Amino acid sequence: MALLGQYAMNGAMLGMMYALVAVGFTLFFGVLDIIQFSHGDVVAAGAFAGLLAYAALTALGVQAPGVLLLAVTLAAALATAIVGVLVARFLVLPIKGAPQLNVLLVTLMMGTVVRECIRLFFPNGSQPQRFPALLPSSGWNIGAFYLRFDNVILLACGALLIAATHLLITRTRLGLAIRAVAQDEETARTMGIDFKRVVLVTFAIGSVLAAFAGVMDGLYYNEVFFGMGLLLGVIGFAAAILGGLGNLYGAIVGGFLFAALQTVGAVALPFASAYKDVFAFGVVIVLMAIRPTGLIGERASERV
Amino acid sequence: MRHAFIALFALMSLAANAKETVRIAFIGPLTGGNSAIGLGGRNSADLAVRLRNADAKAKYSYELVVLDDECKPDAGVQMATKAGSDRTIVGGVTNYCSVVAMAAVDTYHRFGLPAIVWGAVLPDITYKNDFKEVHRVNGTMINQNETNAKFMAEHGYRNVAIIHDTTDYGKGHDKYFTQFFTQAGGKIAGDFGVTADQQDFTAELTQIKALRPDALYFGGLTPIGVRIRAQMDKLGLNVQFDGTSGIVNDDFIKALGPIAEGALAFREGAPAEKLAHGKDFLEQYNKQGYAQPPEAYGPFAYAAAVLLMDAIEKAGPDRRKIIEQLSPAHVKDVDSIAGKITFDDHGQNTVPVITKYVVQDGKWVMWEDSEYSSGKRKLAK
Repeated sequence: MALLGQYAMNGAMLGMMYALVAVGFTLFFGVLDIIQFSHGDVVAAGAFAGLLAYAALTALGVQAPGVLLLAVTLAAALATAIVGVLVARFLVLPIKGAPQLNVLLVTLMMGTVVRECIRLFFPNGSQPQRFPALLPSSGWNIGAFYLRFDNVILLACGALLIAATHLLITRTRLGLAIRAVAQDEETARTMGIDFKRVVLVTFAIGSVLAAFAGVMDGLYYNEVFFGMGLLLGVIGFAAAILGGLGNLYGAIVGGFLFAALQTVGAVALPFASAYKDVFAFGVVIVLMAIRPTGLIGERASERV
Repeated sequence: MRHAFIALFALMSLAANAKETVRIAFIGPLTGGNSAIGLGGRNSADLAVRLRNADAKAKYSYELVVLDDECKPDAGVQMATKAGSDRTIVGGVTNYCSVVAMAAVDTYHRFGLPAIVWGAVLPDITYKNDFKEVHRVNGTMINQNETNAKFMAEHGYRNVAIIHDTTDYGKGHDKYFTQFFTQAGGKIAGDFGVTADQQDFTAELTQIKALRPDALYFGGLTPIGVRIRAQMDKLGLNVQFDGTSGIVNDDFIKALGPIAEGALAFREGAPAEKLAHGKDFLEQYNKQGYAQPPEAYGPFAYAAAVLLMDAIEKAGPDRRKIIEQLSPAHVKDVDSIAGKITFDDHGQNTVPVITKYVVQDGKWVMWEDSEYSSGKRKLAK
């Protein structure tokens, strides 16, 4: 039982990170009908921006973990928001009318650029970097289950962030504009909505979520490396598709489902745990064959 | 006409006086997660070349061609092909990563390029084939795991869980450690294969925690070793961490900080400062002002480069003759900075020196010199 609790906790942490990344994919698809394939590397950029802020502040003699944590998170959010907006403004919007494949290719290349820039310009960037533990490391041992405060805090923050995003989209004027653009760009424009601004803001929001996923990853594993966004991006994308691309709830469900599949793959299957990704992605393929529009399909609910 | 002849003769005699330049290759991981070791190896091989070029008695002047195998088999084969197909390169000091060396030996063989492996520990690299081109100055993982298993058994560890990566390298470690540890009377609590770029190990570690082992053996390289050790701490799995030569480098400690303390690892060869000529090596190394330290395998890369250049001095810059010069008949009890070198029929050095290491205060310390050995500190139980 305690063991089950531990697995559930591990899975929930993974699921939260995947969900945060997946929500970004889904937001971008919602407003522009495109896949932003550099999104995973934006996650890494966020984590490394946070790391830079940490290094700068500790060099200035700041010691308080609370201040540092705030600075790390803000730096990560700011950096990814800028990257996200730049990608939208100079890569995605100019070729909006071109075939989807072009956007896919351009953002894929952009991801490589971001990734390699981290590797080349971050000091000793090829190596895994140590991410500071800024949250309390204590916890309770309940049998085989070790409940840590930092995990609880991270999960709660993740949930709050997703809830806030949900409220932003359903309850505010900005959210209304985003939903209007997602529904029908032309009509939204004629209603006087500043299309470009809405797109840029959406990219900023999605990228900030990615920043939090990056910082969460760093705080959880205490280690980040330049290629961390690669698999995270693929999994986040798979989760978004699995849930139903363009649907916020779908992305969350997809993220947690994928984490559950990985955990089951590592724990319950008789063969070596090295096959857990094979298992998880295999199940995704099967699910996609059964429900091509995702678990919560577009037809069932409105986009974004 | 006559003047032209005289000029020509003058030119020829000048060329005879200047030393002929001979090119040798260095292949290792210069980028990616294992680049610290690779750069240390490159600097060490470079040092050997520089010292030889400064030696007036040397017949040839040497040039080191540095190639990056990225610790990836495909890149390794590309680099092996590059070195092999370039006829001006007469030999190589090659490979730290076992999977890469394993993939590249066929290429060395096909091109007839004499290669001396300076760091990879998988036994199959020298023993699977009968390639006359392939040699190795360092020991294999068989020796290292034998020492490791005996050490663990002697220190009262009876029940050990294993995590290894599923490359040939990790599988080899798994196989030999299991073999020697069960022979020594130990029990393997559980055996987990993981991919070499996996990020999350909480599921495996939770399972291991439930198995209640008294130590965790890790067969793999630094990047995932760091992750596993960090996540053990996160899950409150505080058993002894027992590693292999794959984690003996400064990056392992740098990435982990204080939780690296007490980690064990075993490696072929002895640390440079403990070697007969190690002090000279370090002194010369520091004089050159390299940006990176020689790391654990630097002395092997240096020894391999010296061995290769010695063979070239005797045989001339001809690949086939160099291979002949590196045969067991010629390489017997050769003194090197990494200890004596004696090649067997497979080009494998048969004089294994295994050093035990433990992390103490942010440094890899030889077990015998550590406070853990003297009883002042205790390993996790």
